[in-house]
Amino acid sequence: MAPRLKLFLPLILFAVLALFLFRGLSLDPRAMPSALIDKPFPVFSLPALESGETLDRSLLLGKVSLVNIWATWCISCRVEHPYLNQLTEAGIHIVGVNYKDDDAAAQRWLADLGNPYSVNIVDADGNLGLDLGVYGAPETYFVDAEGVIRYRHVGVIDERVWRSKLAAIYAEIGGELPPALAEAGP
Amino acid sequence: MIPEFGHFALIIALCLAVLLATVPLWGAWRRNTGAMALAPGLAMGLLVFTGIAFVCLTTAFLQDDFSVEVVANNSNSLLPPIYKFSAVWGNHEGSLLLWVLILAVWTAAVALFSRELPLLVLSRVLAVMGFVAVGFLSFSLLTSNPFARLIPGTPADGQDLNPLLQDPGLIIHPPLLYMGYVGFSVAFAFAIAALLGGRLDASWARWSRPWTNIAWAFLTLGIMLGSWWAYYELGWGGWWFWDPVENASFMPWLAGTALLHSLAVTEKRGLFKSWTVLLAIFAFSLSLLGTFLVRSGVLTSVHAFATDPARGLFILVFLAIVVGGSLTLYALRAPAVNSRVSFAWLSRETLLLVNNVVFLVATLTVLFGTLFPLLMDALGQGKYSVGPPYFNAVFVPLMALLVPFMGLGPVSRWKRDSAQRWKAELLLPTLAALACGLTLPLLHGEYNLWVALALVLAGWLLLGLLRDVWFRLRAAPTLARGLRRTPASYWGMVLAHLGFAACVVGVVATSQYSIERDLKMEVGQAETLAGYRFEFVELANFRGPNYLADEARFVVSRNGEEVARLAPQKRRYLASNQIMTEAAIDAGLFRDLYVAMGEPVGQGGAWAIRLHYKPMVRWMWLGAIFMAVGGFVTVMDKRYRRQRAARAAGAGEVAHGAQA
Repeated sequence: MAPRLKLFLPLILFAVLALFLFRGLSLDPRAMPSALIDKPFPVFSLPALESGETLDRSLLLGKVSLVNIWATWCISCRVEHPYLNQLTEAGIHIVGVNYKDDDAAAQRWLADLGNPYSVNIVDADGNLGLDLGVYGAPETYFVDAEGVIRYRHVGVIDERVWRSKLAAIYAEIGGELPPALAEAGP
Repeated sequence: MIPEFGHFALIIALCLAVLLATVPLWGAWRRNTGAMALAPGLAMGLLVFTGIAFVCLTTAFLQDDFSVEVVANNSNSLLPPIYKFSAVWGNHEGSLLLWVLILAVWTAAVALFSRELPLLVLSRVLAVMGFVAVGFLSFSLLTSNPFARLIPGTPADGQDLNPLLQDPGLIIHPPLLYMGYVGFSVAFAFAIAALLGGRLDASWARWSRPWTNIAWAFLTLGIMLGSWWAYYELGWGGWWFWDPVENASFMPWLAGTALLHSLAVTEKRGLFKSWTVLLAIFAFSLSLLGTFLVRSGVLTSVHAFATDPARGLFILVFLAIVVGGSLTLYALRAPAVNSRVSFAWLSRETLLLVNNVVFLVATLTVLFGTLFPLLMDALGQGKYSVGPPYFNAVFVPLMALLVPFMGLGPVSRWKRDSAQRWKAELLLPTLAALACGLTLPLLHGEYNLWVALALVLAGWLLLGLLRDVWFRLRAAPTLARGLRRTPASYWGMVLAHLGFAACVVGVVATSQYSIERDLKMEVGQAETLAGYRFEFVELANFRGPNYLADEARFVVSRNGEEVARLAPQKRRYLASNQIMTEAAIDAGLFRDLYVAMGEPVGQGGAWAIRLHYKPMVRWMWLGAIFMAVGGFVTVMDKRYRRQRAARAAGAGEVAHGAQA
């Protein structure tokens, strides 16, 4: 290569990068593929964290559930954990998916911080996460009584998010809202 | 009226910046001395009017003028005054104004302290900085006007500053960080001016070196403060998360570190010229890229400002003009022929080249990891997130590779050195470092190989430097003469390298030896961690200026003796209802004890409590302070002053020569 041409390399690389950045502007990193919304929760057959027995989709039938993807390596999960405890205390059914995690660490976490989950699905290889299109913990799926995913929340659930947005969604898909968790008043 | 004054001042500043970016450049092209001589005055004017705008916005915050949108969204009448002040840059619009103000400060500083530069060079440098100012001032005025009013619809009170930002660390973190970010614009401007003038020589490197060192030192302090803030304010005890925005500040630092060292070679030996220019462009481009990433919303991050695609597009276009333009100029004007100066394989040049390669590779891996989610998304490959495992896996070996060469650097000679001499110089330090490094971890009880490795590497740096300092001083007839004869830039290098060694030890020791425990605790209970007994003695609640707090009081004792009283808090901020964790820390040179409150558990007054034992975590930040001080010290070197004096004496002649 002629020496002068070599000096154009940084410019070319930058041009490629700029194209990607331009494309990135029209993409929303928080927007999630909506492919699974209003589709049945993917079929799975995975062990329970607590007992080791095999769990499957039937777990999600018959009542409205929140399926919460969490892991001990996930810092934000720790942030939302206390609020999940409150939701469970108030009577919301939460199923945990312990995502790409270590069983022992997960059990210690639940013993230390309280266990808001009715049961935890162990997704050590992340296969269920892959089917769901999880891109990072925490994520929470709202599943109705027929086992159909109706909503996906990415990020931490706290009182603010719950009252301003999620409570309404929960009620809309047929969940019974305990008075303590109703939406913020007008 | 005050906000309108501010808005008007900002518009005048933009006009001045447009003049600064064009008139001196035209003057340099036509060799019109009058037009070139306007540059310093315009730079001062830019500073004055940006300063007025900034003071106006600050006044609006301090006076609780909630008719101004950013004040209404980011302040509150209950907010303590100092945080009303720092709230000015606790939001996108205000922080952008701070960015512009700091750019104006740097521009004015160049105008003020570089009077000895040939007018031709000075006018080009200032014009380039003026051009950058045009971009950011119009960004501020067109997409992010800080003075926008809420009339009608003025709220009775503001929504409050995010409680995470209500913290002393956050008062100075952004200004320091921006001093660093924006400071690289000076090195960039010098590089562009040199390319425009077609003269890349040692004097160019000598002029940009002090500016680059100061900017780098500020950036080091800024990053250090950010890390320290995350450590005590976020309540997780973590100090670095490889978050996209952290990476955005870290990449210019890595590139800047390469630039510092490359400038040394260019100044002393006239080598690596094109390479150094490229690094100067690269460092500032990464600052701009960081601005883009933080403010455009293309990546998710805990730090990201509220985003708006129009803003993202604006910065991207500006980025394309500045970076694309300067790289085009580089491709056309940089010397394509290797210089005839040569150096042997065993020489200081080679070692500095290794430094450059390592830091460049580190920058690119961080850049790749940061942008990977965006790249995959843009290619339709789905959503990814890249976390600490990737960054640690690539970064740690790179740094470990760097240190052996870093120990050789200061003792090596330019041009040609010999393994024989290195052996004579460093055999003793090497053996001592090995002995200390391998035995010291034994003191801690369980032997840890990583800590041993870190200690060996840090010891190698430390002892090599000490030996070098010792021989330098011993060579002088008296100690005082030796001290006087040793240039400031040498001391700066010693400090910065020692700081780096301290960082290595701090990072590795705290990652390997930290103990953390999450517990449910009630008043009266105690827990022992690493020999320290944490007793939960009291639970209190009280009202702060703008929050309600629960406070858990702990007495920490060791072997029955009281070591510290710690009182972590859980605060609920009144205006926003946000809950915040205030960790309590007993800091020490060799260990930090850290207590944070989680949530109340059950009804009986028990709380989830997190206890940490963090050995040597301070070394990391102390090391960073050493590095920054080292950066500042180098600037006091006599040769920069001498050069100034010499130029002052022969100013007329030089200006004449430059125009010829």
